[in-house]
Amino acid sequence: MAVIAAGAAGQPGLGFWSRLNQSRGMLGLLFLLPAATMLLGFLAYPLGLGIWLGLTDAKIGRPGNFVGIDNFIWLAEDSVFWLSVFNTMLYTVVASIVKFALGLWLALVLNNHFPFKAFIRAIVLMPFIVPTALSAIAFWWIYDSQNSMISWALRDLGIISEHIDFLGDPWNARWSVIAANIWRGIPFVAITLLAGLQTISPSLYEAATIDGATALQRFRFVTFPMLTPIIAVVMTFSVLFTFTDFQLIWVMTRGGPINATHLMATLSFQRAIVGGSLGEGAALAVSMIPFLLSAILFSYFGLQRRRWQQGGSDD
Amino acid sequence: MTLFTRRDALKTGVGFAAAAGLGSKVLLDAAHAFAQEAPWKPEKGASLRILRWQRFVVAEGENFAALTDAFAKATGVKIRVDSLGFEDLRPKAAVAANAGAGPDIIWNIHADNHLYPDALVDVSDVADWIGKRSGGWFPIAELYGKRRGKWNSIPATISGNLMNYRISHMKKAGFENFPDNLPDFLKLMQALKKNGNPGGFALGNASGDGNSWVLWLLWAHGARIVDEKDKVVINSPETIAALEYGKQLAETFAPGAASWLDPSNNKAFLDGQCSLTNNGISIYAAAIAQGNKELAADTDHAFYPMGASKKPTEFHVNFPLMIYKHSKFKNAAKAYLAYMMDKPQYDKFLQGAVGYLSHSLKAYDNHPVWTEDKKRLPFRDVAARSLPLSHAGSLGYAASQVFSDFVAVNMVAEVATGAKSPKQAAEDAQKRAERYYKV
Repeated sequence: MAVIAAGAAGQPGLGFWSRLNQSRGMLGLLFLLPAATMLLGFLAYPLGLGIWLGLTDAKIGRPGNFVGIDNFIWLAEDSVFWLSVFNTMLYTVVASIVKFALGLWLALVLNNHFPFKAFIRAIVLMPFIVPTALSAIAFWWIYDSQNSMISWALRDLGIISEHIDFLGDPWNARWSVIAANIWRGIPFVAITLLAGLQTISPSLYEAATIDGATALQRFRFVTFPMLTPIIAVVMTFSVLFTFTDFQLIWVMTRGGPINATHLMATLSFQRAIVGGSLGEGAALAVSMIPFLLSAILFSYFGLQRRRWQQGGSDD
Repeated sequence: MTLFTRRDALKTGVGFAAAAGLGSKVLLDAAHAFAQEAPWKPEKGASLRILRWQRFVVAEGENFAALTDAFAKATGVKIRVDSLGFEDLRPKAAVAANAGAGPDIIWNIHADNHLYPDALVDVSDVADWIGKRSGGWFPIAELYGKRRGKWNSIPATISGNLMNYRISHMKKAGFENFPDNLPDFLKLMQALKKNGNPGGFALGNASGDGNSWVLWLLWAHGARIVDEKDKVVINSPETIAALEYGKQLAETFAPGAASWLDPSNNKAFLDGQCSLTNNGISIYAAAIAQGNKELAADTDHAFYPMGASKKPTEFHVNFPLMIYKHSKFKNAAKAYLAYMMDKPQYDKFLQGAVGYLSHSLKAYDNHPVWTEDKKRLPFRDVAARSLPLSHAGSLGYAASQVFSDFVAVNMVAEVATGAKSPKQAAEDAQKRAERYYKV
């Protein structure tokens, strides 16, 4: 803006638009405008509307009246809601930890040289690329209580005598959907961490080897610290996606049996869209925000752990 | 569709193409005849957008399209028909009501016309005209179609959900006929399990099959979710009795029933792993379509057993036709509704549905579709035997929400899997239902 002022004072011949074009601040703003419009229109506005809806008793057929935090109080007394919170936390924590461990391991393996490296790296991405609904249907068949291929195979081998009730027993159902989510999510973590591994300069490894570091020590003192910022980013995304997972659960169990696999997202959908109470569903969805925010903040501070990553010197 | 055209070809002795051509000329003539005598004349330049649920039976969908086409040709109304899976259709219909824009006519499901009655056109004149010509409406149709004494939707059809069973397995279990009372039914299920031919009913969040059998279970024992004054009474001795009966039943189910969604029991039955379940006629129809003659011959349908009241207490699904107030061509819409419900068209509609959809008007009790295959016969009576989803209270938001949130299904599943005692499950269901009825 100082540039415009200078232009206005010092160059009376320059038109308004030319001054605008030459102002770096204004130009920056103009470049941001499309992305900002998208974000405001498709993210900020729906978020605001969702929070507003959560404070009303809107139904899907009619607009509602403002009821304050009634929906939230109602939810706080609802045992199914707390069950969904528990399910979501369990689902997110277990799936994320396993995805991280297996994804990191896979990334370390893929980082090596072996034949058809590029082809295999592409194949590894498949579970993540396949539309979730399709892989969910496939898993639904794999977990079927009458026709599961796992049950048939194990029975043929004589390891079990009865079909496994994958999705009928509450705890079996939870582990089954977590397994499906892990299968789906490992490639995302693996490929991102692989990219991070590739940025680690080999000279660091050489230096470590010269200093007599074992493979484990190389991992602990070179690989892992250098990966920390990438891990923070990928795990934030992974946690966010897992927490808000909808498709897998909805296709496989619809939240059953007896609400044992209802996540907050699926319960919100069932209440708001299927059941018609938009206000209550919106309040449910909004109550996910504190959890998501804390996940983001946790990794944000994780990003800032090493000062040298901000340009300062190592401590 | 194959049934119809083959029959037609046999009757007329000409090939498939000619039979189809004959069919559409017959439709067009009927449409012209209707256009001349109907009390509703479509507006000039009218166009209608119709949204319906995705067809379950191929022939039904094709018939619907052919009949609609004939109406469009005969009256000059431009019609566009869109299909949507019924789960996606309901919110879309509600949003159209909310926004005051969208399709002119929606063929919806359940009692959604009670959720946004102010957005719908009064169709009492159409309902009365049709009722007079077709032997009168069944009481369940009036219940679903009317709100405060006026019809705001036309209950076009009732889809039956009855017992599907394997005849040979039932005989092997010691029953010549399907039991019509609760104690015998339990004995049958126990015997089937003992013989290695278990039955099974959905205990998962199955919005169709799950609700149907669970509501029957409660109602047959005299239990209800609400009473006539919309007071929640699900926590009652009758419910406890129903739950204990349900627990004994569940012990006889095929493994994994707690995970069953709507298609699961179809799969299990067609696979031979379940010998008794509740469903529409689609299992039988699928067996025929797959060419599985043995299974089709061994499959039959029966009414749900009755409780101590000796009255039927079944739940069958309503499919209402609704006209929206935002439609610019209400006369055309009314004419279309009247046309589709009128005898020549409704006859073909019932024929194409091959038993999956039943009539909501009494005159069609004599329709040949019910007698040409005697396994369809039980489905003829579903409208007369059905109670509404809000039994014994009124239709509206609270009833629909309790239905959609699986309050009753979860309660039965909790007891069946041993997660809760009947007393605890009934208490929790009471609390859950009361949340919605406070509205």
